[in-house]
Amino acid sequence: MPLLEIKNLHVKIDGKEILKSLDLTVNAGEVHAIMGPNGSGKSTLAYVLAGKAGYEPTSGEVKFDGKNIFDMTPDERAAAGLFLAFQYPLEIPGVATMTFLRTALNAQRKKRGEAELSTPEFIKRVREAAGKLNIDQDMLRRAVNVGFSGGEKKRNEILQMALLEPRLAVLDETDSGLDIDALKIVADGVNRLRALQRAFVVITHYQRLLSYIVPDIVHVLSGGRIVKTGGKELALELEARGYAEYQEEAVE
Amino acid sequence: MPAVQETVDQVRRIDVDQYKYGFETLIESDKAPKGLSEDTVRFISAKKNEPDWMLAWRLDAYKRWLTMREPKWAKVDYGPIDYQNIYYYAAPKKAPASLDDIDPEILRTYEKLGIPLREREALLGIRKTDGQNSEDGGAEPAGGNGYGRVAVDAVFDSVSVATTFKAELAKAGVLFMPISEAVHEHPDLVKKYLGSVVPVSDNFFATLNSAVFSDGSFVYVPPGVRCPMELSTYFRINERNTGQFERTLIIADKGSYVSYLEGCTAPVRDENQLHAAVVELIALDDAEIKYSTIQNWYPGDANGKGGIYNFVTKRGDCRGRGAKISWTQLETGSAITWKYPSCILRGDNSRGEFYSIAISNGYQQVDSGTKMLHLGKNTTSRIISKGIAAGHSNNTYRGLVTSHRRATGARNFTNCDSLLIGDQCGAHTVPYIETKNSSTVFEHEATTSKISEEMLFYCRQRGLSAEEATALVVNGFVKDVLQQLPMEFAVEAQKLISVSLEGSVG
Ligand SMILES: Nc1ncnc2c1ncn2[C@@H]1O[C@H](COP(=O)(O)OP(=O)(O)O)[C@@H](O)[C@H]1O
Ligand SMILES: [Mg+2]
Repeated sequence: MPLLEIKNLHVKIDGKEILKSLDLTVNAGEVHAIMGPNGSGKSTLAYVLAGKAGYEPTSGEVKFDGKNIFDMTPDERAAAGLFLAFQYPLEIPGVATMTFLRTALNAQRKKRGEAELSTPEFIKRVREAAGKLNIDQDMLRRAVNVGFSGGEKKRNEILQMALLEPRLAVLDETDSGLDIDALKIVADGVNRLRALQRAFVVITHYQRLLSYIVPDIVHVLSGGRIVKTGGKELALELEARGYAEYQEEAVE
Repeated sequence: MPAVQETVDQVRRIDVDQYKYGFETLIESDKAPKGLSEDTVRFISAKKNEPDWMLAWRLDAYKRWLTMREPKWAKVDYGPIDYQNIYYYAAPKKAPASLDDIDPEILRTYEKLGIPLREREALLGIRKTDGQNSEDGGAEPAGGNGYGRVAVDAVFDSVSVATTFKAELAKAGVLFMPISEAVHEHPDLVKKYLGSVVPVSDNFFATLNSAVFSDGSFVYVPPGVRCPMELSTYFRINERNTGQFERTLIIADKGSYVSYLEGCTAPVRDENQLHAAVVELIALDDAEIKYSTIQNWYPGDANGKGGIYNFVTKRGDCRGRGAKISWTQLETGSAITWKYPSCILRGDNSRGEFYSIAISNGYQQVDSGTKMLHLGKNTTSRIISKGIAAGHSNNTYRGLVTSHRRATGARNFTNCDSLLIGDQCGAHTVPYIETKNSSTVFEHEATTSKISEEMLFYCRQRGLSAEEATALVVNGFVKDVLQQLPMEFAVEAQKLISVSLEGSVG
């Protein structure tokens, strides 16, 4: 059974159809890249999977681990192992990053019927994961994403992913705004988590990230549907030729 | 933050209403006849066996009250209060002679509320605050976050039923007792300070209180003494149709320090009940009083029926040089809150602080804020107010900051933030500033924001339910103020915030 199965998905925002008959199948262990021009619907796909209000599926189906994802609340999806690294991570004033991580982890564990982590065990895990991402203690004490640089915000997303150990992680333009060093740190963070039971959907506009996170399958999203699917060489091809031809196709 | 999760779980177990202190204690009580007259005042005074000067003081207040009118300037809306349909005095029939004599029903009431009255248990800490344990689990060792080392005065309807740790406090020279007792034991202190901060005719509700006040706490901290533990008074209205009119008087003599906390609850009742308290604080040279309130009176049901009318006058006088008074309040209860804890900054170099979290939900109406009156030189004040409105509620911050001609170098910083949850509620900020001295520096910042759907979605994507996400965001919003609460109560406060917001999200 695929981990994620999207069939003929149509999604409207404010009455306007953004995704049109989208199909996508992701198996455990795979890394998929979704590339496409701005405004093609990449973030819309990420949000509808995560269950954001206002992103209305009008037809089609999405199964996550065999279950209809639309029967689940956003937090149920999260507890079932769906993680979204936001293109624009939100700031939560007054809530220490450490507190946020712990609240999230324990909320998920509780929903899955697992015991809360003890404080020492939790701290050990955070330290370990944060260290690998070059995140220092001071950043963990600061309020979630408040006053963080663009790169810090993205690393914080990866830290959350590392702690929450999702089954399917959707990374929405996690590479945007990162310099090459930060990009490598983030890519290493993702690569460390690659595992047989876990899958990734890496959304990106540029090929650059895919030199570090090498995908198994590359899709081109344009005009709200997947217009081409290929191997990792498709990313290089797109880099060389641009999206123009696919935008044409989408208009037809 | 395990407290968030625990709170949400606790709330889920309460099926009818989110108010968990709404039970009633069935005990026999002794009441004054219904209504207010000179006889009522005499009855109360006689019940307490008061000296003549006290009765005269009350009668004077009563006569003035007859000539006064209810203030109408606050942004609160309620039907007429029938002052003749209220009992002004109710006391448990069996008067306790010591802690061991307290009616077991009353002890059980306070235990249910989580307030230990038996010192032995208080020492062990019968209260648990660690979110990891079950509600009925074992005891937490002393020194934890419970009420381990807090002296408590418990006021049940019109009388104080128990004051703990009196002996230990006496060793330090601290007087902590029901005010009814202080009238007898320390008449000179009471005569000197009672009404010296809130004059008898200050306002309609304060004057009413002066005539009929029943009990409350009295604290005197002698010069140079740092009070060895937190002092706390726990107010409980139990009787039907009964008003509560407590009076608190705290005097911190030169160079002393005291931290005091007040908590309040009442049973769920369909009719509105009146609470009109007066609190007076006096800080002499270099003394400091930290006064914290966790106000959780019954707020009324989901349709706005019932609830406490809370009309309270709280004022502190920094009477000496370098005195400091700090008010911290967490207001979550009451159908109507009308309350402006204030500071008179009389002594040179004195300082006033007001930290407030006011949460309104359902049909609650809050009109609260502070007054900082700068009279002395180089006086400073700081106001941090966080208003959170949900449901159909209205939440107003009303503040006044003034500087006298003589008050050179007066400084104030005010920050008022309001957070709206949903689109049926209202938040209002009414700051008045008057300066009569050109060297005055008053700064004011205010923001109003709606709880961000994006922020909530971000939290939910990480696994938090709608309630947990709201509680987390709100706890972040109020963090600056929460940090001002004594550590013993901060955890409690955090839970209360979450409980108060229950039902405010889709
Ligand atoms: N909240 C919204 N309301 C209306 N239109 C939106 C909203 N979000 C996205 N869109 C529209 O949906 C289309 C796809 O946007 P998006 O999914 O963000 O694209 P991408 O992530 O590929 O750049 C765009 O035309 C955008 O204008
Ligand atoms: Mg996007």
